[in-house]
Amino acid sequence: MNESLTHIFLDAFLINNFVLCVFLGMCSFLGMSGKFSTAWRMGVSVMFVIIVSSVLSFGANLLLVRFHAEYLRIIVYIIIIAATVQLTEMFIRKESPSLFRELGVYLPLITTNCAVLAVPLFQTFRKYNLIQSTVFAIAASGGYCMALVLLSLVRERTDLGDIPLLGRGTALTLVLAAMLSLAFMGFAGMGSGG
Amino acid sequence: MSEISCHPAPPPETTDRPFLNGLWRQNPVFVMVLGMCPTLAITNSVRNALAMGLATTFVMVCSNGMISLIRKLIPKQVRIATYIAIIATWVTVVDYLVKAISIDVYKALGAYIPLIVSNCLVLERPEAYAGKKPVGKSLLDGLGMGLGFAFALTCLGTVREVLGAGTFLGVPLFGHNFEPWVLFLLPPGGFIALAMWLLTFTLWRERKEKLRRNAQQAELRQAMEVTS
Repeated sequence: MNESLTHIFLDAFLINNFVLCVFLGMCSFLGMSGKFSTAWRMGVSVMFVIIVSSVLSFGANLLLVRFHAEYLRIIVYIIIIAATVQLTEMFIRKESPSLFRELGVYLPLITTNCAVLAVPLFQTFRKYNLIQSTVFAIAASGGYCMALVLLSLVRERTDLGDIPLLGRGTALTLVLAAMLSLAFMGFAGMGSGG
Repeated sequence: MSEISCHPAPPPETTDRPFLNGLWRQNPVFVMVLGMCPTLAITNSVRNALAMGLATTFVMVCSNGMISLIRKLIPKQVRIATYIAIIATWVTVVDYLVKAISIDVYKALGAYIPLIVSNCLVLERPEAYAGKKPVGKSLLDGLGMGLGFAFALTCLGTVREVLGAGTFLGVPLFGHNFEPWVLFLLPPGGFIALAMWLLTFTLWRERKEKLRRNAQQAELRQAMEVTS
């Protein structure tokens, strides 16, 4: 695999945006995008978890391949992620108790965010090396963060709008996401050149 | 860590009928809005949707049963980690099972099989149900929720395949001059189709609720007339 780093970055950030084109991390995308302030904090925490767990699972995968234990991959990855989330939780609690209170129950939920598990899996399937994996993790999580922030900004606007009672809630959010996703389809053309 | 679920406020448990609740009244997709990633990603054809739904059902039944079996041995503080480890084990089993049964389906589902681990629905059920209830009920709950999930995926897959490709399970439905609505096979189509299904279900529930309320009021009026 000799993909250039720019190509990996653009591919994960825009062309195959994790949320809007590959449908990963939908739960938090729909659940956490109600307010801009929580959305960007959530986005940054997820970014941190993804980057750390991506590097760690790259190392773990080397060990697994060395000992011919690839069948343990899913279990090892999810344990690494759970540990990273726990670490992040402890770190935030120590450094900034106010932020910890604001994120509340949403912090442990990062473990069940499929975007977090998908990054180590994809980097293994695509046989990226360490630098490629790191770039991929940064781009994918950055894309996630961006999509979350974009949707939260739109949703703050629609909160003020006059919307029929029936359509409020998840249905409206999904339609907004569809529009964002349509916009991101425009980036598909960039992929063919790389 | 009081409650693990992706949905901010899951609707309260109604009556304790594990199988039917999952299948219909608390349908994981249409009512609880859980497990959105595979719901949107894997539903561009009916076949994939069904395969994904059945794989998830298998994982849910097995992990629910196992967790319920050892629920008294799991310390409260590490229960989430234990649940995840058990679920991950069963997902590994399913991963190899699907590969053995059909390599085509395996390729179509791709990374979404390992991702069943982080399907919030699969973790939410032990937390909300199987961790507290006896084995038989937990198995039924897993089966009901899993089949409800499969049902929802198939609903979505049907709409997307019929509109987007003009076929159902690969069989062409319309004449050769049918122009497929390709948008429904692409990501935005998934969002739109799910939004429409949710709207339909909300509309239907609202109407039922209104009918029930009207009937109640009529009864009340009758009773008042009788007493006066």
